[in-house]
Amino acid sequence: MKQGRFGAYGGRYIPETLMSAVLELEAAYERWRGDPEFTGELADLLADYAGRPSGLYYARKMTADLGGAKIYLKREDFNHTGSHKINNVLGQVLLARKMGKTRVIAETGAGQHGVATATVAALMDMECEIFMGREDTERQALNVYRMELLGAKVNRVITGTMTLKDAVNATMREWASRMSDTHYVLGSVMGPHPFPLMVRDFQAVIGREIKAQILEAEGRLPDAVVACVGGGSNAIGSFYEFIGDESVALVGCEAAGLGVDNPRNAATIANGSVGVFHGMKSYFCQDKYGQIAPVYSISAGLDYPGIGPEHAALHDSGRATYVPVTDAEAVDAFAYLSRLEGIIPAVESAHALAWVRKAAPLMGSDKIIVVTLSGRGDKDVAAIARYKGVDLHE
Amino acid sequence: MNRITEAFRRRKALIPFITGGDPDMAVTEELIYALVQAGADLIEIGVPFSDPIAEGPVIQAADERALRAGCTADKLFALVAKVRRRTDIPLLFMTYLNPVFTYGGRRFMENCAASGIDGLIVPDMPWEERGELLGDCAACGVTLISMLAPTSAERVRRIAAEAEGFIYCVSSLGVTGERREIGTAAAEIIARAREVTNVPCAVGFGISTPAQARDMAALADGVIVGSAIVRLIAEHGAGGAEPVREFARELRAAIDTGKEY
Repeated sequence: MKQGRFGAYGGRYIPETLMSAVLELEAAYERWRGDPEFTGELADLLADYAGRPSGLYYARKMTADLGGAKIYLKREDFNHTGSHKINNVLGQVLLARKMGKTRVIAETGAGQHGVATATVAALMDMECEIFMGREDTERQALNVYRMELLGAKVNRVITGTMTLKDAVNATMREWASRMSDTHYVLGSVMGPHPFPLMVRDFQAVIGREIKAQILEAEGRLPDAVVACVGGGSNAIGSFYEFIGDESVALVGCEAAGLGVDNPRNAATIANGSVGVFHGMKSYFCQDKYGQIAPVYSISAGLDYPGIGPEHAALHDSGRATYVPVTDAEAVDAFAYLSRLEGIIPAVESAHALAWVRKAAPLMGSDKIIVVTLSGRGDKDVAAIARYKGVDLHE
Repeated sequence: MNRITEAFRRRKALIPFITGGDPDMAVTEELIYALVQAGADLIEIGVPFSDPIAEGPVIQAADERALRAGCTADKLFALVAKVRRRTDIPLLFMTYLNPVFTYGGRRFMENCAASGIDGLIVPDMPWEERGELLGDCAACGVTLISMLAPTSAERVRRIAAEAEGFIYCVSSLGVTGERREIGTAAAEIIARAREVTNVPCAVGFGISTPAQARDMAALADGVIVGSAIVRLIAEHGAGGAEPVREFARELRAAIDTGKEY
């Protein structure tokens, strides 16, 4: 892998001031990633603290209702803090501690990554500051309080669109001003090398478990693995183990907001073009002068104008397929799974469920779909109520 | 010898920065003439970007104002071509990689050359990634400016050895913006760079008073002043040229005489 590239994508496009921090991180990751001391500690934390392995649940009622492929849900919503984000955060904060860092900073969109970072910072006695767009702090007020409860300082970002993209900008600026004691816990498979590779490695546990669990349950590989994609960490975590298994279709579901033809969407592969931003070369929603577009999705976690570089490469090669899913479809799927299976999914994950609702009936009953439920939907209940015009006070 | 190198030959260089199109193209044109009259040796013009991650709040706000007012790379190329009929001062674009990449690196450099831009500064394109634009810059005769930071450590020699035009030395950690005090990190970077190159070193980030400009000029070949000027433009809007000219004169005098004005 040359300079952290996935085909033409990835790289390390950051200010000179940050280069030493990123090179230090790369060296530390190379030093520790295969060290039994590190992998052993991480495995223990994933098992005893995060609660892994997460279940693979056969959604009997959903399967019967859709009348096509068998549907399994990979239950990342079971994890401590309620989403897949903890997998990556445990790895990075443990690594930061090995590097002698005493402070962690992170961006967050929906608040799930911020909560996970605040949680692990509390566990490992790290000082913690979270950067969150003001619009998201309003959409996800409960998560803001949750992070503060865990001892983190939450900084409301009031620049630009005041969402995830601006939270990343603010966290990068903060890191450039203080890096000797501080590690930036980037929350997705994006940013400069080594983040896309390292975060993917920490999330790849999802796909490894899926493979073992589906072989146990069905004695064969699934026909499709489906996940929602913002930056793309739960998706690449789900896909990675299956990239070499050509029979397994890999489907990433992007947030199309009000629709791919409406400017208010965040469907990067559907609407974006190649650019360089947030440290990486990849696809971005942007105008013809390279100004990053103010994207929109009901899901704060998918409300991001880019996609991780490994996804860009998987798209170009055709190995993975990326499909747009609208707010309305996701909100329907949110209610659907809640009523049918008694599982309230994160609105992010509901994007993947929405695609499965369309695809499963077109597939034979001998087919198998695994869809990753990246997180639980408790955090979204108030926002969904608002979307449906219900006046709800948290 | 190109215009950039020439500009450092006669005295310590004063390099002001303004965001192109802030508050509009007409004022940007006036500001360029005002800075020339006040004794600037090179001028950096920011091509505004939606997400300038190396900038502090003052220049972030200027980029937002310029974009809202409709500034584009094409309008700036036209402005530079117009300004070039009246001045020979070296002009540099400072922008982020995405606006250049998306415009097309070769087409961007061709337009730089045709309009009269001498050099390009891209703060989110470090030395390892310079191949992204270096070939296009070289083909069109646009100097690609290298940056060094207090954290560059052993990278200084490698980067400095290949530098052209001048070296942009970042004074301290963090983003652009006025600082009450500026440490001595720049002196160490410059000392190391001078072991391997004769290319001039200019210091930027945080220099906002004549006294700071004087102090930094004493240890470098030039000083870059951005946020303090952009803040004046934010305060005075369309009437910004006069206060900016006055402030640039004070910077010039402090640099030349070693006294604070």
